Amino acid sequence: MADSNILLSASALSIGYSHKGSSTCVAKELDLALRSGEFICLLGPNGAGKSTLIRTLAGMQKSLGGELALNAQDFGTIAPRERARLVSVVLTDTVASGMMDAYSMVSLGRHPYSGWLGGLDTHDRERIDWAFQAVGAETLATRQVAELSDGERQKVSIARALAQESKVMLLDEPTAFLDLPRRVELMTILRDLAHRESMGLLLSTHDLDLALRFADRLWVMTADGKLIQGYPESLALSGEFAEVFASENLDWDPELGSFRAHPSPCLSVHMIGKGIQYSWTRRALERLGFGITKVENEAAFSVAISGTEKNESWNITHGANTHGFGSVRELIDWIQSTDWKS
Amino acid sequence: MAVIMVAGLSACFGGTTLSVGTIFKALSGASDLDPVLRQIVLDFRLPQILTALLSGAALATAGLMMQTVFRNPLADPFVLGVNSGASLGVALVLLALAPAGISLTEGLGASGQVLVILASSAGAAATLFVVLILSRRVDIMSVLIIGLMISYTVGAIVSILMFFSMAERLQSFLSWSFGDYGNVSWPQMQLFAPAICAGLLVSFLFVKPLDALLLGERYAESVGTRTRQVRFFVLLAASLLAGTVTGFCGPIGFLGIAAPHLSRHLFQTSNHRILIPASILVGALLSLSSDFVARGPGLDIVLPLNAITALVGAPVIIAALVKQRNLKRLF
Repeated sequence: MADSNILLSASALSIGYSHKGSSTCVAKELDLALRSGEFICLLGPNGAGKSTLIRTLAGMQKSLGGELALNAQDFGTIAPRERARLVSVVLTDTVASGMMDAYSMVSLGRHPYSGWLGGLDTHDRERIDWAFQAVGAETLATRQVAELSDGERQKVSIARALAQESKVMLLDEPTAFLDLPRRVELMTILRDLAHRESMGLLLSTHDLDLALRFADRLWVMTADGKLIQGYPESLALSGEFAEVFASENLDWDPELGSFRAHPSPCLSVHMIGKGIQYSWTRRALERLGFGITKVENEAAFSVAISGTEKNESWNITHGANTHGFGSVRELIDWIQSTDWKS
Repeated sequence: MAVIMVAGLSACFGGTTLSVGTIFKALSGASDLDPVLRQIVLDFRLPQILTALLSGAALATAGLMMQTVFRNPLADPFVLGVNSGASLGVALVLLALAPAGISLTEGLGASGQVLVILASSAGAAATLFVVLILSRRVDIMSVLIIGLMISYTVGAIVSILMFFSMAERLQSFLSWSFGDYGNVSWPQMQLFAPAICAGLLVSFLFVKPLDALLLGERYAESVGTRTRQVRFFVLLAASLLAGTVTGFCGPIGFLGIAAPHLSRHLFQTSNHRILIPASILVGALLSLSSDFVARGPGLDIVLPLNAITALVGAPVIIAALVKQRNLKRLF
């Protein structure tokens, strides 16, 4: 990628807090670049410094060292008003919103452009309308912010940031507190915005699954203050995910692309089958405490799934006995009713 | 809005207990009239009305700015301890220094009044100075707590002074603490009015940053607001307004917290471009009505202004809250 695409870059950046001379470094030696048209998800365990990084990149917090450049300009030399035209943020902060309607809130995003009274001209209004449209929140404009649902309020927050007309947008956990469909919707909106408007979007999240599906690239902050970068798939395959997030109780499953509870030593099952029936049967078995093995001799029993769509059958071979089931519900009922301890 | 203003003015004209409205009109046109009546209107009523209007406007605007900066619906113009500072100044003069020569037996004489104004202004300024210096180092919630703590500390000193004072001196201190718009005569107005107008002007300069601050300090910064600078000047302006009023008229409670809420309720907006003028009008109106009631038209007594502001204002606020059911919608 050409360097002219770089919107925000840092080299040897140290981030953290400084208070009266003493400083707490959260992460250091960070080299990163956010390019136009790029949707990046920032992952990392709690306390790794995701929010600190976002605040530092937004200029709300001073870096402890290193270089930070916005539009190829040194960050420190950019005036607040100018910076506000280049970077917008969506934070987790609550907004005191008495008697504030969504339109007023979004129009606050025009502050870097308006005069001292904050009056709006035609272009301002066009941009505000566009921002509402871009997040699909046109119908919310006249509603009171205090009365919006979490999902709606998040959309309005993003519209407010969009109204700033900046190329870079930084979002701190915008999907927290949202239900799954709302999260998917929001991620779709954001990714499309990045691609369509050639914006550079950086979003921190705990939602690994969605990040893997949506992000163009991932930044993963480790607990010891390093930043791992790469395409989602390559990080998944290289096992770097496993290193960062795995703990005593969690295992990274590269096949499923997610974490699962560490299986306790127990009986294992041999499985034959494919498709959606296979994967959900496997989840059921794992949930019930069975491990999955490829070696048939080790297995307590084996499950064979066969048949065509809507006409599947599950056949269990348990020692000399075989049982047939017409649905996964029957299979689970049978497993639960059987005493496996003996 | 103009209607509210006119309503307020007409109310005050009615409030003049003895002179008739028509005579007053003639007076302002400088016709041949009884010089005593003319003096009553020009030298007593007019300054008092003007003081009430300016004080109401000042306290309401200061309260609005404090509520926005602290993002707290309970904030009032005195959260930084300006009124306790003023009362300490007055207490020092009336309770502690009085034995040193100032005669207080006839209440507050002309020279005593000036002294009281000086003392309370100095007290307010000193407290403000301390709080603002401390507030530059900490976050906004800490500023609120520091202000409260200083209020308590200063209040405690005043209590101790009161404990060691004689009853008649306590009486004059108490009557100061009731609040009175009648203390500002024309010469004092020359200082009072410009100070209030300057404070109001500064508040208009900060319309945009105040709007941004509704989103919180970090969001405000992200749209290019120089938060620390704005916070300092807004607190300074608000305290100047509150301090001036307290200095000249005593601690006038309630208006500063009620008027902004009422304005938000009446105009259904959070935009300071509307809220500041609205608060000025609502504040001036509330203030004038309270003063009108306090002077007890038709009666021969003057009630404590402070009691009236709360008596008039509190039911209004309660009604507004009950109607909205939810403070979140009001603030």
